[in-house]
Amino acid sequence: MTAATALGKDLTGLEYLSADQIRLILDTAEPFKEVSERPIKKVPALRGKTIVNLFFEASTRTRISFEFAEKRLSADTVNVAAQGSSASKGETLVDTAKNLEAMRIDMVVIRHGASGAAQFLGQRIRSNVINAGDGKHEHPTQGLLDLLTLRDKFGRIEGLKVAIVGDVLHSRVARSNIWGLTKLGAEVAVCGPASLLPRNVEQLGVTILPRVEDAIQWADALNVLRLQLERMQGGFIPSLREYNRVFGVTTERLAKAPKDLVILHPGPMNRGVEIDSDVADGPHSVILPQVTNGVAVRMAVLYLLAGGSPDWAGAPGRGEDH
Amino acid sequence: MPNRTQLLDDRAIGRALARMASEVVERCGGTDGLVLVGIQRRGVELAARLQRLIEQSEGVRVPVGKLDITLYRDDLQTVGPRPVVGETSLPDLDGRTVVIVDDVLYTGRTVRAALDECADFGRPRRILLCVLVDRGGRELPIQADIIGGRASTVPGDRVDVFVNELDGRDAVELVRGEPK
Repeated sequence: MTAATALGKDLTGLEYLSADQIRLILDTAEPFKEVSERPIKKVPALRGKTIVNLFFEASTRTRISFEFAEKRLSADTVNVAAQGSSASKGETLVDTAKNLEAMRIDMVVIRHGASGAAQFLGQRIRSNVINAGDGKHEHPTQGLLDLLTLRDKFGRIEGLKVAIVGDVLHSRVARSNIWGLTKLGAEVAVCGPASLLPRNVEQLGVTILPRVEDAIQWADALNVLRLQLERMQGGFIPSLREYNRVFGVTTERLAKAPKDLVILHPGPMNRGVEIDSDVADGPHSVILPQVTNGVAVRMAVLYLLAGGSPDWAGAPGRGEDH
Repeated sequence: MPNRTQLLDDRAIGRALARMASEVVERCGGTDGLVLVGIQRRGVELAARLQRLIEQSEGVRVPVGKLDITLYRDDLQTVGPRPVVGETSLPDLDGRTVVIVDDVLYTGRTVRAALDECADFGRPRRILLCVLVDRGGRELPIQADIIGGRASTVPGDRVDVFVNELDGRDAVELVRGEPK
């Protein structure tokens, strides 16, 4: 029943989308921004669709954002958290999903600690699968909302210089950003302690800037990554204070930039570690617009995967049934 | 080869719109509380023209909104490609007389969707429907209040409305489909 759409069956990563498909999602997100400003923040486009949010890792922002997106499209949603589900009794991912599918669902939004989990699932069930973060692989809707926020701010992506600062090694956000930005023609640099940069990251088409001062000199926008404290058991950095001293995005450092830098952060922030409070709350921060755009981008993805296929011709639509 | 015949030329469209503009004002008892809402895409242009015509005759610029009904359609799964979702921006509808403006009235499904969408934005005192061409063939109990012209058609036919702002000319043309 699930037919191929303009995006294919699943959204597992920006690596697998074309530049046109990414632009289509961003363009489709535009009218969805307005839906969230309506007195009744709801349209019937996905009425009767059942969506399961399957979260094997803790998440507040992403899960709530997906849930708002689903509800504003009138889909019926069920949240399954790993704790308290049969996954904690040893059931495999596929068994969990097949059981859900036996209850006739249409889509699964999955977050999982294993890289590739979304793709693995998508190949084994008929429902559309949307990756809400898989291990260190990708977080495509975060990448999309960052693109939308940058496009809002600059009016374009092509030719922008974006530096991704911090713990690139553990960051699926970084990977989705690199794929999305480079496909749309931005220049991307990564900046962080050598221990937190993936090996061979240059092969993804990015430049390495060893010092955060260099990134600030070079970039139009900084995407400041969260230092993933829960993944920090391996002794990647000497201490949080040391990290802030060397790589923290601070007002003093930004004051030396040749222009005002737009500051993005995927959240949740460690204030005083990777980013100072004055910067996070400052006039060039787009951290809250990112959150707002997250709902619109997720609505666009859900809508397009559900079959809302657009007219590529781009000519003014001539509706057949009036 | 489907054949194409012109139903209205630019002058005929101009006359029809002038008459429709005065009918709108007449039916609404003036311009107080009047709101024009055009359905994307060509309804938006027609609503803007009615607004100008009403301004010329009454000296009042009535508020105009635009409505994209894509997200209110009942056929997300069943029909083929459709235009990307357009902009919806509506003025306050509460207590107003809302005139929905579209180019062609056919099955009535677009209007059904537009009525649902309007209801989610407010509670108009009254809603009227104003179309440039009524081509018959309704699938729902919906009728227009103000009509530019009628065309008698059969399923498979198409009525194309061209407006200067989007298409570079004003015309209404009937395209006969292949007989089934």
